[in-house]
Amino acid sequence: MPESLLSPYPRVASRYDEMLDARGAPRAHWKPFLGQIAALPADTIRERARFVRESIEADGVTYNVYADPKGASRPWELDLLPLILPADEWRAISAAVAQRARLLNALLNDLYGKQELLAMGLIPPAVVFGQRGFLWPAHGVVAPENVSLHIYAADLARSPDGRWWVLADRTRGPSGAGYALQNRMTLSRAFPDAFREVPVQQLASFFAALQDSLYRLSPTRHGEAPLVVLLTPGPYNETYFEHSFLARYLGFPLVEGQDLLVRGDAVYLKTLRGLRRVHAILRRLDDDYCDPVELRADSALGIPGLLHAVRAGNVLLANALGSGVLETGALAGFLPAVSERLFGEKLLMPSIATWWCGEAPALEYAIKHLDELVIKPTYTSIRREPVFGHTLDAAARARLIDRMRAQPHAYVAQEWVRLSHAPTFGRGRDGRLLSRAVSLRVFAVATPGGYTVMPGALTRVAPEDGDVVSMQWGGSSKDTWMLTEGEGAQVVRSRPRLGVTDVEQSGVQIASRVGENLFWMGRYAERCEGIARLLRAALVRLADAGPEAAAALGSIAAVCEGLGVLEVPDAPDEEAPISAPWGAGAPSKSLVPPPPATPKSLEIKPIHDDVAAPPDFLAAVADPAAMGGLAANVLRLHACASHVRERMSTDNWHVFNRLPQRLPGPQPTMGRALESLDEIMLACVSLAGFAMDDMTRDESWRFLLLGRRLERLAHLAGVVSRVLGFAPAARVEALEWLLEAANSIVTFRARYRRAPELLPVLHLVVFDETNPHAVAFQLRDLPRLLERTAAELGGAVMGAALGPLAATLHRTALAGFEPEGGPELERACVDLAALLDRARDAAFGLSDELQRRFFTHAGTPAPLGA
Amino acid sequence: MRSARYHVVHETRYEYHQPVGLSRQVVRLAPRRIPWQVDLAHSLQIKPEAEILAVRDDAFGNPVTTFAIEADHASLTVRAESWIDVFPRAVPDDAATPPWEKVRARLAYHGGVRPLPADLDAARFLFESTRVRNKRELATWTLACFPPGAPLLVGVRALMNRIHRELTFDPKATDVSTPVMEVFTRRRGVCQDFAHLMLSCLRSIGLAARYVSGYLLTRPPPGRPRLIGADASHAWVSVYCPDQGWIDADPTNAILPGIEHVTLGWGRDYDDVIPLRGVLLGGGDHQIAIEVTVTPAADYEALFKRPLPELPPVVGAAKGG
Repeated sequence: MPESLLSPYPRVASRYDEMLDARGAPRAHWKPFLGQIAALPADTIRERARFVRESIEADGVTYNVYADPKGASRPWELDLLPLILPADEWRAISAAVAQRARLLNALLNDLYGKQELLAMGLIPPAVVFGQRGFLWPAHGVVAPENVSLHIYAADLARSPDGRWWVLADRTRGPSGAGYALQNRMTLSRAFPDAFREVPVQQLASFFAALQDSLYRLSPTRHGEAPLVVLLTPGPYNETYFEHSFLARYLGFPLVEGQDLLVRGDAVYLKTLRGLRRVHAILRRLDDDYCDPVELRADSALGIPGLLHAVRAGNVLLANALGSGVLETGALAGFLPAVSERLFGEKLLMPSIATWWCGEAPALEYAIKHLDELVIKPTYTSIRREPVFGHTLDAAARARLIDRMRAQPHAYVAQEWVRLSHAPTFGRGRDGRLLSRAVSLRVFAVATPGGYTVMPGALTRVAPEDGDVVSMQWGGSSKDTWMLTEGEGAQVVRSRPRLGVTDVEQSGVQIASRVGENLFWMGRYAERCEGIARLLRAALVRLADAGPEAAAALGSIAAVCEGLGVLEVPDAPDEEAPISAPWGAGAPSKSLVPPPPATPKSLEIKPIHDDVAAPPDFLAAVADPAAMGGLAANVLRLHACASHVRERMSTDNWHVFNRLPQRLPGPQPTMGRALESLDEIMLACVSLAGFAMDDMTRDESWRFLLLGRRLERLAHLAGVVSRVLGFAPAARVEALEWLLEAANSIVTFRARYRRAPELLPVLHLVVFDETNPHAVAFQLRDLPRLLERTAAELGGAVMGAALGPLAATLHRTALAGFEPEGGPELERACVDLAALLDRARDAAFGLSDELQRRFFTHAGTPAPLGA
Repeated sequence: MRSARYHVVHETRYEYHQPVGLSRQVVRLAPRRIPWQVDLAHSLQIKPEAEILAVRDDAFGNPVTTFAIEADHASLTVRAESWIDVFPRAVPDDAATPPWEKVRARLAYHGGVRPLPADLDAARFLFESTRVRNKRELATWTLACFPPGAPLLVGVRALMNRIHRELTFDPKATDVSTPVMEVFTRRRGVCQDFAHLMLSCLRSIGLAARYVSGYLLTRPPPGRPRLIGADASHAWVSVYCPDQGWIDADPTNAILPGIEHVTLGWGRDYDDVIPLRGVLLGGGDHQIAIEVTVTPAADYEALFKRPLPELPPVVGAAKGG
């Protein structure tokens, strides 16, 4: 008997205790496990608790909290102690949950079909038609094999007398199955011995059933292999970790709405290799966000035309659109009659006693017994927390009753269940056991033979002494062990081992968005570095009052204005710009609106002139509203990176994640701004290192490199071209900072050991193919990258304009730059500037080309046979 | 009263600043078949050429066409043209309609009792929807028009008149996204706002009412000729009166619609019957021009300088709906 562990456990007598019986002795089904851990010294237990915390961090298991102003993700909380249920109890739960899933599926089919249950008066119209979640546009859609509810979850609670009740139904796209699996993986590593000795059922069969079910119901043709995707609202969703975890585990590509495209009557996944027909969508996106054409028009997360494709029978949605209507608590009281009517069966497990106040006697009952009840809204779109009647003072109570009388149909009263308690490790250092309320989320999946129930569950633990279990509210979770009889336990292998084909094919379906985000990540990373170097060159001179510094500042400002890094105070003429400073392109989903076009300005204004206001270099560093400045681009970089977070190592991601914090904040001092620039430059350099050395070089990686090369080409060409356009004296004065901006000052000093002169500077930053910061290097490297891309992904080699430019550059005689002045030098400068401008335009053109071909797929025909 | 024959053209033109690569649109511009309306001819023209993906009835029974354009285009024109005969409909005497509380009681749920099919159908239009609110302050405001025991239609007329009287028609005050409670507070708006407010009022006191989308015949100013494109879409409401059907009411004009209202379709609110709704890829900014022309058959030749097309004679008698 593990006295040392259990003795300080404060059992709450008024509640059912999962571990101890009424006399305080461990229940029989807990004994094997308790026997296991009793043998462990207290230190070992603490060590294992630490192991659990650390492996959750290492696995990146998180739960995002919307309420958190930073939108930060919080580590998942998993208690070291599992919840254990005996085999007979598991059998009863399994049968009851399967029955309820079958019932709710039938109800759903009826509501979106003939609506006979409404016609029979068995369900109040208010509970259905009054719900936002009832989607009239989905009415009449026939689900394949009458399965609308593919995955279902029931929240269960145990009352003090030991009986189980259904607290709530999750029918939209229940979350938690992935966390349950993750919990199991973690705990099986923390207690390997216990898993050998205690007969715990495995979870893998449940997920295999889910895979089989979706593959089987996928509307494929002519022996096509079904493509099933998992649709997520994106990384900001509270359970995004689970989406990506499940997608990996189930082998379904993880997609966002913008990755899918409806052409004609069918849905396609945009991949780097073109459009691929999608047969089934396991969705975690709310019903009404799924299709902006027919459902919520303001949804940016959905897939335009999806409902049409569903109606045409060309894609399976799991769960069916509109299934969220069943999540209202108001239905609970009507289910027994529906079950009798449809199946002639009594419910194997009752719902918690529920009164829908739309019926007068129910309203009166609810008002009379308010202290014993929990009041919830009928309409789940109204996000109001449940109100525990006994917590209200007289005034609040009167207000609530008043509201209930005014709109009785909008309220549901439920019995307040005193949830059962289970032992939980305290978070304190002493690791004492606490008694906390728990609730089970049990999952069922549709299979040809009926619903299969996961032999496990997500047990959620209420924080403090409450009866509300909610991960949103900061609760914890437990692994849930459903015991089997007889058979010995096996070591958990939660997924089938990978075969050779899995390994070989793992890269085939890379979503275009991944490539697109990597591409823009590359462009923005490079852009941030380029801007940071320019601004640093400016800031170090801003502190210097000397005439040389002033002249250099003037030329830096002119270049920055020309490139859009600084906003132009008063555009001298209103002519159309020669080209937008960053090219026309921006990520296809408009992550970023393109910065305003700025006229090409070659005029240099003196900086220390009292007439003109000095250019706002500090704002360009710090102000995110300055569209072309550093802060704005750092934020764009961070946004792109966060969309491909799972492609990076933890270290790589940390560099991205800390980038916005390195910005100096509003109106910084000169010192703070410089410090911030140094930090950002350093971070950018390490990102460049990660790009080359830390990422798997699959076909999407090359887009990261393309983005970097292309942006560097455009940036360098833009800077040098503008410097060449200066008057001769200003040109010479700009050479020093030009070397700094091109990150070539060290090389220059090492090579020449003297003050910068035009010819060697141009050679180093334009013509030198061995300098990775030279224009020529980019022009040579880009076509190679593009050839490899074409070889891998098919199609013609892009960037046709680059080859001739490289050749012209190669032929350009450096001798033209030898004279100290004169018409020959000026001609050479003009010619080279023109060539560099063409190179810059070619870079932007290439960006648009890549965008169209690989990312947006606009204008490309849908594959034949679709 | 005699029937009326109308020609209706509803043309929507989008000009995009950047080419659109992909466009999917859902069109609700074909007149719904109803007892007091005969659809003689209807055509839908789309430029550039579109792929018609589906022609069907939506869940509320309105005809819908779905189309897609998958080639680059810089403009989109959708032109719906219809010939319609509209017949007078019987409206019950105000006093012959049931007391409004009886209507409310009949629409309420009674456990285990089979509702009449018409009552169940009306229940679709009994609750809040995207643009219709169910509010206590609206209920209070509405009850002034519905004294205890008042026949339903007496109350409906009083409410319609009150909205007409207290709200100012002001196209500049609102746009399509203005919430109904803001319309109520500011007491200004267009026909769509008047209709949403009246629906909110009726549903707030437990009555079923739906949003009707259509057109209204307008009269050119005295001495002026009828002009092409001078009209607009119109909206009004329809209230459920058990055993007697649905009664239309137009709060913008304070009239019960007769043969000068052409019905396109109905739903819970505007969102269910948006004439043209869709999503496009690309396009940037755009300009939109909508032209509606409702012409009595007698004026058609003079207005369009074209002979009347051959159309079937007037058939079918008016029946109460």
